[in-house]
Amino acid sequence: MDKFTGKVWVLGDDIDTDIIIPTEYLALKTVQDMAPYAFSPLRPELAGQIRDGDMIVAGKNFGCGSSREQAPEIIKALGVRCVIAKSFARIFFRNAINNGLLLIENDKLRDAVSEGDEITVVLNHFIEHQGAQYPITPLPQNLVEILNAGGLVQAMKKRNNSKGI
Amino acid sequence: MGMTIAEKIIAAAAGVETVKPGDIHTVELDRLMSNDGTTHLTIDMYHKLKNPRIADVNKLVWIMDHNVPCDSVKTAASHKKMRDFAREHKITFYEGAGVCHQVMLEKHVTSGELIFGADSHTCAYGAVGAFGTGVGCTDYLYAMVTGHSWLLVPETLRFNLKGKLGDGVYARDLILSIIGQIGANGANYMAMEFGGEGLKTLNMSDRIAVCNLCVEAGAKTALMEVDEITLAYLKEHGREPKHVFQSDPDASYARVYEIDLSAIRPIVAKPHFVDSVVDAKECVGTHIDEAFLGSCNNGRIEDLRVGAELIKGRKVHPLVRFLVVPASAEVYRQALAEGIIDTFMEAGAIVMNPNCSVCWGSCQGVIGEGEVLISTGTRNFKGRAGHKDSFVYLASAATVTASAIKGEIATAADIAG
Repeated sequence: MDKFTGKVWVLGDDIDTDIIIPTEYLALKTVQDMAPYAFSPLRPELAGQIRDGDMIVAGKNFGCGSSREQAPEIIKALGVRCVIAKSFARIFFRNAINNGLLLIENDKLRDAVSEGDEITVVLNHFIEHQGAQYPITPLPQNLVEILNAGGLVQAMKKRNNSKGI
Repeated sequence: MGMTIAEKIIAAAAGVETVKPGDIHTVELDRLMSNDGTTHLTIDMYHKLKNPRIADVNKLVWIMDHNVPCDSVKTAASHKKMRDFAREHKITFYEGAGVCHQVMLEKHVTSGELIFGADSHTCAYGAVGAFGTGVGCTDYLYAMVTGHSWLLVPETLRFNLKGKLGDGVYARDLILSIIGQIGANGANYMAMEFGGEGLKTLNMSDRIAVCNLCVEAGAKTALMEVDEITLAYLKEHGREPKHVFQSDPDASYARVYEIDLSAIRPIVAKPHFVDSVVDAKECVGTHIDEAFLGSCNNGRIEDLRVGAELIKGRKVHPLVRFLVVPASAEVYRQALAEGIIDTFMEAGAIVMNPNCSVCWGSCQGVIGEGEVLISTGTRNFKGRAGHKDSFVYLASAATVTASAIKGEIATAADIAG
């Protein structure tokens, strides 16, 4: 069973794509160059504090706004293992899965955790926090395939290998 | 069980008789729009494929609009990449023609189509009864290479419109009211369908403004019933509908809203969320530094006419920059022919070429620390129009123009007489 433990960073509702990465930094060459500015309009110090394997726990409508795919790419580049939110905006949801960034929808955990707490995620089963378990609704099979491949392009290469894409 | 318009378009694109919310279908796409916001990223990924190809180049439309003309050396590099690729692959390409959604609606989109656009406001195409939805560049690449993609059939929210908008009240006020009512994620993953007698009182420009902003309620797409106004618009632009789908009387909706257009008042969305809406009266007197009339939401000739009529014989307030940006070259030329551009310039406005301008916070017109913008743009997120500690209010063309004249937030009624 796939399982991981990490520290959480807690954010609020409606974390939009201009918060995740402001327009002025989109002209930088790579997502690695952009990553230090992630969440800067809200918490300029946050990008520098996030460590590999940490998780983000947020409120409703995470990722609302623009279709800029740099948003999930940057979160992944910061080493965030997964984002757990009450709900995700749909374009962000597709973009995250397509880039192999795991998203989990749960409407209870956000109000139970404090920043810095440790949680354990047992994939497709539950999230554990201070003895309490929060169930995870498994993703549809086609999305699991994309995530497992590391993103849509990788999944496409795998699936269409015989056709040589 | 009957189907909604969104369900019918997906069923046709999937080649199946019926679909229902929650089903996942592989769908054939009619058109694939991409702009200079992310096309360079799509191209980079394309080149990393082992054997890259384009399924059907005739489906692709690429439009330079976010930073036109180019504003920095870094952007020049990504623009060059996009321009060269389009030329090499003979992709339909525009630069200087206007904001992508306006150009698509003027030149390409028709009813019944299923369209992916690498831009969140692609839902605007519902104004002509097309299923437009925003995607990221990876989804775009997949569709470009294979010609198809997967879609989860959305639930539909139905909005029955009745009555008529009052004087000085516009489509912008209507859609901001609706977003305020259902919330910034009130239609998340869903389709928003508009119909009813009141729809007939909305012209195409109004319909585009309403559909365009539905993503600010989280919607996957927006769809309006096709009627004689839609068909006349398509005909005028030399296009035939692909399908004319109406929702069935027994279609199933997640929720149905009755909207009385005559009850809508001028609205302002306050910083930093599109659903932070209040009666415009509550914001009257708020200090502003800049006003913006433009964008895919409100940069059409109808919007410029509203602004020009208000500002004729008046002046832009000396402490305010008033940016006027027609949404397309077609709109610009029409405004020139009608003397509208001259009216704005006479009043002291800064008139710019068609592009996304300050609506996306890059290119021209960005605002500095602590500054306040009133805008007909699409979003008022924190930092959206420039400095992270700046403020954006959203309102109609009338309220924005009246504010530019007054030097503080004002409605058309406040400057009358």
